[in-house]
Amino acid sequence: MLLYDAIVFLPLMGFLIAGLFGRALGPRPCEIITTGAVCIAAFLSVIVFVQIGFGDAAPVKHTILSWIHSGSFEVDWAIRVDTLTAVMLVVVNGVSALVHLYSIGYMHEDPDRPRFFAYLSLFTFAMLALVTADNFVQMFFGWEGVGVASYLLIGFWFKKPSANAAAIKAFVVNRVGDFGFILGIAAIFILFDSVDFDTVFAAAPEKADLVITFLGIEAHALTVACLLLFMGAMGKSAQLFLHTWLPDAMEGPTPVSALIHAATMVTAGVFLVCRCAPLFELAPGALEVVTVVGATTAFFAATVGLFQNDIKRVIAYSTCSQLGYMFFAAGVSAYPVAMFHLFTHAFFKALLFLGAGAVIHGMHHEQDMRNMGGLRKKLPVTWAMMLIGTLALTGVGIPGTGLGFAGFFSKDAAIEAAFAAGDGVARYAFWMAVIAAVLTSFYSWRLIFMTFHGKTRADEHTYSHAHDAPPVMQVPLFTLAIGAVLAGLVFVGAFIGKDAPAFWGNALPVATGEKLGEEPGAADPSAPAPSAAAREGEVALGGLGPAETAEGGAAHGEDAHATDSHGADAHGAAGHGEGRGTAYILEAMHHVPLWVKWAPLVVSLLGFLVAAYYYLANPQLPARMAERKGPLYSFLYNKWYFDELYEVIFVRPAFFLGRLLWKGGDGRVIDGVGPDGVAARVLDVTRAVVRLQSGYLYHYAFAMLIGVAALVTWFMVRGG
Amino acid sequence: MDLVSPLAPWPVLSFLLFVPLIGAAFVMLAGGNGVSSANNARYIALWASGANFQLSVLMLALFDPSDAGFQFQEKAEWMGGAITYHLGVDGISVLFVILSTFLTPVCILASWNSVQKRVKEYLVAFLVMETVMIGVFVSLDLVLFYVFFEAGLIPMFLIIGIWGGKRRIYAAFKFFLYTLLGSLLMLIALLAMYVHAGTTNIPALLEIHDFPPGMQTWLWLAFFASFAVKMPMWPVHTWLPDAHVEAPTAGSVLLAAVLLKMGGYGFLRFSLPMFPVASEMFAPLVFALSVIAIVYTSLVALVQEDIKKLIAYSSVAHMGFVTMGIFTATQQGIDGALFQMLSHGIVSGALFLCVGVLYDRLHTRDIAAYGGIANTMPLFATVFMIFTLANVGLPGTSGFVGEFLTLMGAFQVSTWLAAIAATGVILSACYALWLYRRVSLGEIAHNSLKTLKDMTYTERAVLVPLVVITFWLGLYPKPALDIFGPSVTALVGSYTADVEQARAAGRATHLAERGGEGGHD
Repeated sequence: MLLYDAIVFLPLMGFLIAGLFGRALGPRPCEIITTGAVCIAAFLSVIVFVQIGFGDAAPVKHTILSWIHSGSFEVDWAIRVDTLTAVMLVVVNGVSALVHLYSIGYMHEDPDRPRFFAYLSLFTFAMLALVTADNFVQMFFGWEGVGVASYLLIGFWFKKPSANAAAIKAFVVNRVGDFGFILGIAAIFILFDSVDFDTVFAAAPEKADLVITFLGIEAHALTVACLLLFMGAMGKSAQLFLHTWLPDAMEGPTPVSALIHAATMVTAGVFLVCRCAPLFELAPGALEVVTVVGATTAFFAATVGLFQNDIKRVIAYSTCSQLGYMFFAAGVSAYPVAMFHLFTHAFFKALLFLGAGAVIHGMHHEQDMRNMGGLRKKLPVTWAMMLIGTLALTGVGIPGTGLGFAGFFSKDAAIEAAFAAGDGVARYAFWMAVIAAVLTSFYSWRLIFMTFHGKTRADEHTYSHAHDAPPVMQVPLFTLAIGAVLAGLVFVGAFIGKDAPAFWGNALPVATGEKLGEEPGAADPSAPAPSAAAREGEVALGGLGPAETAEGGAAHGEDAHATDSHGADAHGAAGHGEGRGTAYILEAMHHVPLWVKWAPLVVSLLGFLVAAYYYLANPQLPARMAERKGPLYSFLYNKWYFDELYEVIFVRPAFFLGRLLWKGGDGRVIDGVGPDGVAARVLDVTRAVVRLQSGYLYHYAFAMLIGVAALVTWFMVRGG
Repeated sequence: MDLVSPLAPWPVLSFLLFVPLIGAAFVMLAGGNGVSSANNARYIALWASGANFQLSVLMLALFDPSDAGFQFQEKAEWMGGAITYHLGVDGISVLFVILSTFLTPVCILASWNSVQKRVKEYLVAFLVMETVMIGVFVSLDLVLFYVFFEAGLIPMFLIIGIWGGKRRIYAAFKFFLYTLLGSLLMLIALLAMYVHAGTTNIPALLEIHDFPPGMQTWLWLAFFASFAVKMPMWPVHTWLPDAHVEAPTAGSVLLAAVLLKMGGYGFLRFSLPMFPVASEMFAPLVFALSVIAIVYTSLVALVQEDIKKLIAYSSVAHMGFVTMGIFTATQQGIDGALFQMLSHGIVSGALFLCVGVLYDRLHTRDIAAYGGIANTMPLFATVFMIFTLANVGLPGTSGFVGEFLTLMGAFQVSTWLAAIAATGVILSACYALWLYRRVSLGEIAHNSLKTLKDMTYTERAVLVPLVVITFWLGLYPKPALDIFGPSVTALVGSYTADVEQARAAGRATHLAERGGEGGHD
């Protein structure tokens, strides 16, 4: 137990020491304490990861303190660690430790370092509370906790108005998602009379056919709950419509972008969907929405990334896009693939961000790529690191040989899973993903070429003083680079290969669902999805831990393997879209046609060539294009005008309404008819007639307010 | 006098009521001349209220949370037996007593340097206010309750009217005017209840007597008129921003922290248990007014230019969650409402104290006069941030638990209700963080801000305990929830039973009528 407690509470301890005594201690001790604490936690996380994922250690669950008890609503502070959590522990603590270390170099000129390191550790703790939660409410605690830490870190340079605006935007947009999350928790509580993961997941199959009335609409209960939860995930993971905060969040210091806005916090939404896989599996409608939103985001963000000039914003849109990949993978029930991409993405995206940070650091806080170029000679190490990151992101590797960078294994797996899942939304996801892969390759190489190659566009002073990062910043880069090269190769078997059932155990429903080669729905013709087999599997899944079940899962996995001979039919059989279960997808994705396997690589090459043509061979072309400001270019450069749209639809009307209700509603109508009106009448009876006449307008308005109240009341009575 | 309670050998609640009054008497007599007399008066007031707080903590220690009934009861005949001096606390009221006794010394400490005019009278007003506040929560007799409930107006009226800001007279009269109408209606309702039931004993009314449904409607409305103003609910909330703006800091603290809670307490003590049928009937109206309050006042808060007004409007929004939670009549809803009231008492009180810290330095509450004070007052900026986040309902702070539980309760009643109320979660983040940004962040906006001193030791002594309580209640709310849990369970149980019974009776009459009609054919 102590091991798990230490992992979660060491960063908290670091935060408290640096936060409370930071000014007394001075910056250096704060750096050492917080970094040391997180490094130890990271080391312990690796031990836990190996024990739980590869050893025979049973998943852990223990209660620390009771939290909210109100009638049957009971929530405790607890630590629950299964494979899913263990993966997140490694990602969170690993990247956090490296970012702490990196920040010692990156932030060395900042006088507020104690505060910075305190915030970093606070974030780490909140994220750990999120991933080790054993119930929805503690998860929500971590969820909002990382939101606040993100708010504080984006606005760390609080003298900058743009940073403050970005911080508020991040928090508020996340709150829009949290609005859904809270209602989702409420829906779960109404359905299950519990918000405890194990209880809820165990009872889920019984509730698969329930219907509830939500906002006057009668709908499948679990679908409603899952969609509400997914709304939270969309906010945190910056999916389409709720993505606008992520690019702005780049106002924060770059290590923050690497930690929070690339590797960890933004993946919380993916984690949420995977954690709730037993619910989502029973809500095919919700899964379709996840798939569509994820695929669309993957495409949308990639298009916006094409023409951004801020080096960090390009990577931010790339993150947004890659999160879309994770979501559609989860949406087609390929949860292990989603988690695998989350895992590898953490390495190469953190690498890219920290590399970008090294560039910015070396260029004295220049972020505009139009003022860079030719930096390869000045920053050779950074160049090499960024190159590795780009190769990993664009998924370079050779199909069939099992050789490639991290992204090759996970991203291609996501694309293949989408293909294997069949027609309908999954096919849409497949094509979006392929197109996004072209764009990804283009903007990634564009970044490399604009920054490191060609003739420099930097002013002479900056260019001549440009330098590689100090060792304390390079060590994290090297470490992440090793991960970006090897994470895919080493872990592909465990995450999504034949060892997956043993690796995941009960943490993900890898062993459930229809087997390859079975007729869709053959097991239970009456239920469209998922099959009876899936339900059995999920009942077992509810209880955390007994090792037999894990073995049972392994056996299932082998079963699936045994039906390999039908593999070639995968394409033909895939006609029914979602709901065929994770085991099916995991198997079928290995049997997609050859062109599907090669497609990502080919299109990546295409993106590379186009980028090379425009930015390496003919660097004057893009500048001319930008000058011409064609409609498509403007549309993409201005991020599809989402910010402008939201400004007009939400922000301005909110302020306008606020002013109207204040001056008009409170001031003229309520006070005018109420106390002031009464006072006026009592004081000045003779002029009452005149006053009444001019007061008529407000009486009408008052009547209108009563009307509004009556209308809402009626809603409350009638609407369910 | 009868001591009904076996828990303590002496009348604890009477002590709690009279210690502040005795303190007030000593303050009046405080010797010395000029400055030293004022200082003596301050120490006496602090000692008296501090002692009373300790007394209340002792009471809490002796309180038996598993008992849902009234404890520490005291009874004495008064005015020829028609009215009794009857005191007692249960799980619903006991924490409000603690809140009152805790915040009074905090208020006195917070006014230590900022109030220099008529110090003695000021302190007397606060000590009398304390007695009155406690009186409201411990009275078990209708008339006694009414006396305390209305008496609260007078010291607050004086605090605003004498020590308030420029438009204090207008604010004080507005406050008075609003509450007057509600009070009169409540008085008439009380008389009607006495005539019908023959007793003013609250436990008796709670346990034994059932009012006929038709009468409940009128009684409910009369009480509602009074409690809705106190709460305050939309659209009778407009006195609150003015009262807050003009009140001195400590006055705002008590107003927000305790006086607003009297309405919510009233709903729980009278409306819900005594008029269950009417409560059930009017619940949709309350829900509507609650969610309108949440959305409407949040939007209004967004555009405020005065810090205090902004926090005042946010109070109205938070009270919207309370009224909503209460009338869901679910365990989570009422637990949440009670917790929200408790938390709001701490958090909004602390926010008003924060405004006081700023006001004492620059003598303006205009948001535009501030900007970038995190540069010069980092400690204050941190504390202000914590309370801002608590006000936003961040999990881990006390603000979360109440809001969250009321939403859980609301969802059980109506998804529309929960969904509209939950937009408050978004809007509160908007106005609170927008305020914080304009006050604390950015470059130092004005020359006048360059020389600001960070919090003094007195200010720290006042605010740091509130920070601790905010986190304590947020991370480990169990002690509080345990205290009111059983009483709430009992309340929900009897309410549900009453409503069911009334429904069954309604059906029976309906059937009988139809049967009668059938007979005629």
